[in-house]
Amino acid sequence: MNLFQDIVFWALAALAVAGALGAVSVRSIFHAGLLMVVSFLGVAGIFALAGAAFLAVVQVLVYAGGVAVLIIFAVMLTRDVPMSSRSGPLGPAAALIGAVLFGLLAHAVTQAQWNLLPESLPGPAARVFVDAPTRLGQVLVSDHLLAFEVMGVLLLAVVVGALALVRERSDA
Amino acid sequence: MLERLLILSALLFCIGLYGALTRRHVIGVLIGVELMLNAVNVALVAFSRYVEPAGLALGEADALLEGQAFALFVVVVAAAEVALGLALVLVLVRSRDTVDLTEVSLLRR
Repeated sequence: MNLFQDIVFWALAALAVAGALGAVSVRSIFHAGLLMVVSFLGVAGIFALAGAAFLAVVQVLVYAGGVAVLIIFAVMLTRDVPMSSRSGPLGPAAALIGAVLFGLLAHAVTQAQWNLLPESLPGPAARVFVDAPTRLGQVLVSDHLLAFEVMGVLLLAVVVGALALVRERSDA
Repeated sequence: MLERLLILSALLFCIGLYGALTRRHVIGVLIGVELMLNAVNVALVAFSRYVEPAGLALGEADALLEGQAFALFVVVVAAAEVALGLALVLVLVRSRDTVDLTEVSLLRR
């Protein structure tokens, strides 16, 4: 891990955390959606840095593209609905829960004995993160074939379900 | 590097949790849940890249990509969740004319 990678990592991590903090704290829900996109883009960079090039592209396409468009679309559609400006009833308790959970997780991460991957990998594993997109495709349609097909069915069910939910009932 | 990524993941998760618990706007809660799912993906990718899997000694290099495959499934589920969630938001606005979750308490009585 050289200095350049360190700098890039910290910059991307700062981007992701700042975006997330903004997304949960700004008052305007429209701005929260846009800041969420900033956080997603930071995480996409982290993925690319951690040897997951395909996931980085998927992150930009699905999260920063699809999810963000859906959320901003919904914000626009519900814009003239009245919303009182009081904040939620759980504020201090939620901050406490978040801080305690983060403390526990950070403690667990730093105390655990990780079985780390060696720097130079043996044999066929040596290039696995370079060829990750190709190999990931092969893994998805061999080891995880059932889960992959279930994903397709799930997406079909979601499309049908979403259409059924928002359908204008002319006969009712 | 592994610990950095895991702490980043934990931090993003807790920020998302805070958002999901405090927001009263229903889309704000969805944004919080999306941030949490995304944080989990960071942890999955970190484990996939920096922790030695059980099958590696047997020459099963593909074991190194399990975490990335899992993360891909999480992305699909998150996209499905947000699509259905926003459909529910539209139904909520249509039937009760509100986006404030504290006003949606019909099941509580």
